[in-house]
Parts: sequence; structure tokens; C-alpha cells
Amino acid sequence: MGNFLVWVVWIVAAFACLGSGAAVVSFTNPFYSALALIGNLGSLAVLYLLLSAEFVAAAQVLVYAGAVMVMFLFVIAYLGRDADAPWAGGPSWQALGAVAAAGALMVEIVVVIGLKASGRLTEAPYVGAGFGSPYEIGKLFLTDHLLAFEITSIVLLAAAVGGVVLGTQARDPEPDHPSNSLLQGDVPLR
Amino acid sequence: MGPDLTWYLAVAAFLFAIGTLGVMLRRSPLIILLSIEIMLNGANLAFISFSRHHAEMDGQIFALTVMAVAASEVVVGLGLIVAVHRRRLELDVDKLSTLRG
Repeated sequence: MGNFLVWVVWIVAAFACLGSGAAVVSFTNPFYSALALIGNLGSLAVLYLLLSAEFVAAAQVLVYAGAVMVMFLFVIAYLGRDADAPWAGGPSWQALGAVAAAGALMVEIVVVIGLKASGRLTEAPYVGAGFGSPYEIGKLFLTDHLLAFEITSIVLLAAAVGGVVLGTQARDPEPDHPSNSLLQGDVPLR
Repeated sequence: MGPDLTWYLAVAAFLFAIGTLGVMLRRSPLIILLSIEIMLNGANLAFISFSRHHAEMDGQIFALTVMAVAASEVVVGLGLIVAVHRRRLELDVDKLSTLRG
């Protein structure tokens, strides 16, 4: 019974994940695309829970589906316009090539996994209740992976400073001001 | 005993392919950023599946780091998109060809 329930949850989450991913790519309105991506991230969090990664699932919902997507939705509401229609004007050679390349990539991944690891991936070992808990994650971050932890903080700081720099230069478009030289060069961009 | 690792990896491969398709197909930089998020999440799902399969939590650590890097990437990407928009340029990656890309 428990086995059956796990399969049902997995099938619902996986198909919601793939369906909303396809929706992100195919919607014309970027607002709908962002909403579909929230669904995608939520169903991925369910898959993470099935893989007993509780902390990552919680972080996925909080950080990704919460903070990052709110930022996306604000920018989309600010820019506020329709994007290109993905299939406008019938299938072009560019679109066909993109579909062929993506399909080839997927076939490649599946074949490599199947060749290298088929038959060895069937049994997952037993893990205790502490697997994926915040306690264990925090212990790993502060012992074995301390360097990654610190570098992540520097990356986040650099991104925050970069976002502020880009934002203030975008807000104050005075061509004569020297601090605008990064984005306001003498040569017009087009 | 639920679905084994192969199913999760198949979902991860599908997600990565969908994200690749979006990056190559769409011309709006906003949707390209969203598609890159899908690709990152496909990779994250593979990391966490292998982490569960080997009963080692290092994969989860890597997934969390990827999440932080993705957040930084979104900040910078959206900042660039807003800067492009402020210069009254069209939000279309085929037309932003100053660098002749």
C-alpha cells in the first residue's frame, strides 16, 4: 500500500514537473511562464521529498519558488509585454534545429546513463532518519564543505552589488556622467 | 520501495532537454532566464537522486550551492534585462547584436 502511494505521488509530481516545464517554454505571456515555473519548482520539491532530501525541498520552496520567483514576477510586471510566440509563422529551420538539438541531447543523456549504469541503479540503500535533515546539512557545510559555504557567500555578495550597480545605472541615464560609462558608452548600441 | 533512480534520472534528462529547447527556441531574454532555471533544476534533481542512491549527502550540498548560484544569476540577469529595457532597446536576443553574436 505504501509502495503504491509512493508511485502515485511520484507520477503526479513528475508529470506536473514536465508539463509545467513545457508550459514555461511554450507560453507567450511571460507572466504565465513564470507562474508555470513556480509549479515546476513546487513539484520538484515533492520529488526531493521522495528522495528524502527534506532540507533541500524546504529551501527549494522558500528560496526558489518564493524569493527568486517574486523577483521574476516583479520584473515581468515592470516590463509588461508579450514575448515572442514560439511557434509563430509555422515551423522555421531554426525551431526545427532547436527541437532536434534538444532531442539529441536528451537521447544522449539517456543512452549514457543506460549504458553506464543500467542494472546498478535499481536498489537504493537504506538511509536513517537524519539523512537530509538540517542538522546533517549544517554539519557538512561547516566541516567538509566549509570552502564552498564561504565562496557561496562571496558569490551572493558580488551578485547583490552587481544588481545594485546595474539598477542604479539603469535608473539614472545621464550620458555625461562618468559613472554611467559602463552602460552608456558613446557608441550607440544599434 | 518506490520508483528507482532511473525514473528520477529520466525526469532530470527531460527537464534539461526542455530547458535547452527554451533557450534555443525563445527570443525573449526573460523566458530564456526561466529556461535556464529549468536546466539548473534538472541538474539539481540528478544531484539529489545520486545523493540518495549513494546515501551520501554531498550531492545535496552541491544542490544547495547551485541554488545560491542560480539566485545570483537571476539577480544579475534581471538587472541586465532592466538596463537593456531602460535604454529603449527591444527585448529580443536576436536584435541585441552589438557584440555580433
